[in-house]
Parts: sequence; structure tokens; C-alpha cells
Amino acid sequence: MKNILSQMPVNQCSSFFDFIHQTRPELTPAARWGSEGHVSASVDEIQRHVLSQLAHGTTVLAVKYATGVVIVGDRRAIEGYQVASRRMEKVFKTDSHSAIAIAGAAGPCMEMAKLFGIELEHYEKLDGLPLSCEGKANRLGQMVKANLPMVIQGLVVIPLFVGFDLKQREGRIFKYDVTGGKYEETEYHAVGSGGKDARVTIKERFHKNLSQPEAITLGLQAILSAAEEDLGTGGPDAFRGIYPTIKIVDAQGVRDVEESDVASQCDQLAQSRPGRES
Amino acid sequence: MTLPFYVSPEQLMQDKAEYAKKGIAKGRSIVAVEYRDGVLFVADNPSSSLFKISEIYDNIAFSGAGRYSEFESLRKAGIQHADLKGFMYSREDVTARSLANGYSQTLGTIFSQELKPFEVEILLAQIGEQPEQTELYRIAFDGTIIHEKEFVAIGGRADAVVSALRARGPEHVPDLKTALTRCMNALETATSQTISLQALEVALLDRTRTGRKFRRIPAEEAGTLLS
Repeated sequence: MKNILSQMPVNQCSSFFDFIHQTRPELTPAARWGSEGHVSASVDEIQRHVLSQLAHGTTVLAVKYATGVVIVGDRRAIEGYQVASRRMEKVFKTDSHSAIAIAGAAGPCMEMAKLFGIELEHYEKLDGLPLSCEGKANRLGQMVKANLPMVIQGLVVIPLFVGFDLKQREGRIFKYDVTGGKYEETEYHAVGSGGKDARVTIKERFHKNLSQPEAITLGLQAILSAAEEDLGTGGPDAFRGIYPTIKIVDAQGVRDVEESDVASQCDQLAQSRPGRES
Repeated sequence: MTLPFYVSPEQLMQDKAEYAKKGIAKGRSIVAVEYRDGVLFVADNPSSSLFKISEIYDNIAFSGAGRYSEFESLRKAGIQHADLKGFMYSREDVTARSLANGYSQTLGTIFSQELKPFEVEILLAQIGEQPEQTELYRIAFDGTIIHEKEFVAIGGRADAVVSALRARGPEHVPDLKTALTRCMNALETATSQTISLQALEVALLDRTRTGRKFRRIPAEEAGTLLS
């Protein structure tokens, strides 16, 4: 590895993403398809075939409650009609007061989540202070925008960003489109192939001033209905002991809901499900 | 046309070293000691926003003495180096040893090739899961690396601080309160004046924390620790 320390003076920008663009462009996500990001038409067919074999991640959602946000993701990744992974993590803590959940092509998704986490930490270390919640959300938007050449190739990455705003003292949810457009949601949002089913479920039961346990239950219910309607979304798997990932983001920071708690919640939901046959 | 002066290489190096040493001695001292849960850093620093101690990576901390602009650029380069390495390989592959080597190379090159050497001294510390995995490195202005044990001081009257620490240091590893008291006393002895808590910058590498081990200790907390 080249000695970065000898490249004095260092560039003065606090972004890790820009830093690798300048010094190690081969490590950036855009390097996957060359900087122009176009492939000749003859490769188109092969490419479509390859893309159908790529692992995709599916339903992730966030619900606001009185003092924070819960962020939930299912665990399934699919390749075409096959299950690629039953244990994929799609919700990541990105710093002390923010988390990200990602739907889309698995490889680029994981890469973006990792890169975004490093980006926030890098900024915090260089500047001595963490970015504001709004600042983090904007930065993620720019990273999604930089991913556009890959979207044209079919490698879509759609993040859902959740942060606790230490200034406004409230949890915030941001969604993005493929061009990097950033939109704040004031109540809840779900993205991915089962996103619509999840949103409908939440919409029916959502109200302001949910408590934290209510928000967790609502999130799980939404994942359940998405899993029932959408092939790409994995529901709770009691057989293998695999359950959706849930993180809580509030004034105390980001923490996981214990898997055993999620499991017992899922059991209760299954028992009380209307129209249960036995 | 004027003839260029001849200066012997020995003279040149000696002059540069003297220049750098003078610059470093003008500043204030920073000390790092091993305590039960990691490494404690204490700096005599009247500014509450321009830090001398900072986080490099999960379990690595950096401290610089001397000219601020120079060690600040070294600090930033270190963070870039560490984050890049952690991104390319894995978080556990980022080590203080490799950083210390990088700093040594850079400072050595600058010292021998540039007209003006860097007037800085660098202190790097890394903690591991076990107390015996702690590493302390001091890198001098000419790129010399010294691997230290138990405690290390840089900048200002570093030698006086070290001898003050050595004079009162019993063998066993101190707890946080004892370590902080000892550091403060050593800094006071070396400068022969009392240092107020507000003029103290205190930070920790604490192995009991999860994730990033670096933590700053605000003046109030340091006060309660000392009382």
C-alpha cells in the first residue's frame, strides 16, 4: 500500500468518499463500470442475464414514535427466483445517532452502507465534531447521486436514512430516489419490493405519539404483511431462528432490539393473527 | 556572481536538529500513561477547542506537540491512512505500528530533504483486548521511533515530566484516578507551576468501551475524578 502519510500536504476536504475518488479511484463504487458508466449494446443481453443472478435485498422500513424512530429490515436476499441469503443484514448503525437501511442490489448496497459509515466517522474525526442530522442526510443524497451510472446498468441502491436530530430533539426519516433526491418523511416510510405492502399496513395503524413498543410491533406487522405478499421479503423464520433486524434510534443513540425479544414478539403476533387456522 | 557557501552535511543536520528541538521545547508537554483499562492522555492545553489529542481509529489515539499546523496535517494524514486501510482490508488490520512507520518515513524524509524540518513530536498509542497488548510510540522530528512502556511524554519539558513520573511511579498499573493525579503532578513538577483543570486536555483509550475506544474527558469530569 502506498504511503498516504507521505502525500503532504493532505487534501483539505473532510470527506472520505472524495478522498478515495482522488487518491484511489479504483476503490470507488463507480469504478465497477468505468467512470462513464456505459456498456455497448452487444453486451446488453449478457448483462441482463448477469443482473437477474445478482442478489437483491428487499423490504426495509422506519416508523417514528414519540421520542425516536425504529428502523426494521427483513433478512432475505434473492437471486432471480432463488433465495440467495436468509440472514442478510440490511440495517446498519452508521454513527452514534444514525442508522441506514438499504434495498436494492446486495453488493452495492452493502458497499454504500459501509462507505457511508466510514464517511461519517471520517468527518467526525477530522473536524472534531459530528455532522448535523441534515448534513448526514444531504451527504447520503450525494452518494446516491454518484451511484447513478450504476442505476442505469440496473444496480439500484435505495437507502432509507434515520437519524436523531440532537438540535431539534426528534427522530427524522429521509428517503431517496435513484437520482439522489432527498425527501423527508414525517411519519413512516418503507422501501424495497415489499415496501408498498408494508406502507399500507403501517398507514392503517399509524398515529402520532406511538410508544416505542407500539412502533416496534407496528414495524414487525408491516414486515409480516410484506412477507406474505412479496416473494422477495423474508418473514420471521422460527424454524431456523431468523428474525427481522430492529434498531432503535433516539436521544440515547442507536441500539439493537435483542433477537430473543423480536422472536417472542413474532410469536405473539402469530398467535393473535386474525383468521389463524389452529 | 557570488560563490555559494559550503556547509558541511554534519553542520547542516545539526543546525536543523537544533532548530526543530528549539521549536518543540517552546510548547507545552503532553503525557500518556497506561492505566488499568487502557491509556490515559493528559495535555497542558489552555485551548478548549484546538485539541492536541485526538482519535485516529477504533483503538488508536494520536497526540502532537510543537507547531500546530504541522502536527495537524500529520494527524489528518494519519486518519486518512487508517480509514483507507480499514476500508480496503478490515478494521483489525489498522495498527499503530504501521502508522508509526509511516510517520517515521514522512518525518525522516522531510528532515533530510526540506530546508525547514517539522518542529513536531508525535505520540501514538494503541490498546488491545489485553493490557499487555498496549503499544506506545514516540516519533521525533527526524523520524526516530521509540517504542515506550508504561508512560511517555512529548513536547515542552518532556524529559522533566518523564523523570517526575519515574520518581513516583510504583510498579503496578494504576487506576484512572491515580493515573490522572500522577500525570497532573508530573506536569506541574516539570513546569513548576500549578495547572488549572480548565487548562488540561484529558482523553482516554478505554478498552471497556464497545466500538470506538477513544473518549474525551471534560474538565468537570476530570475534577470529580481528582476530588
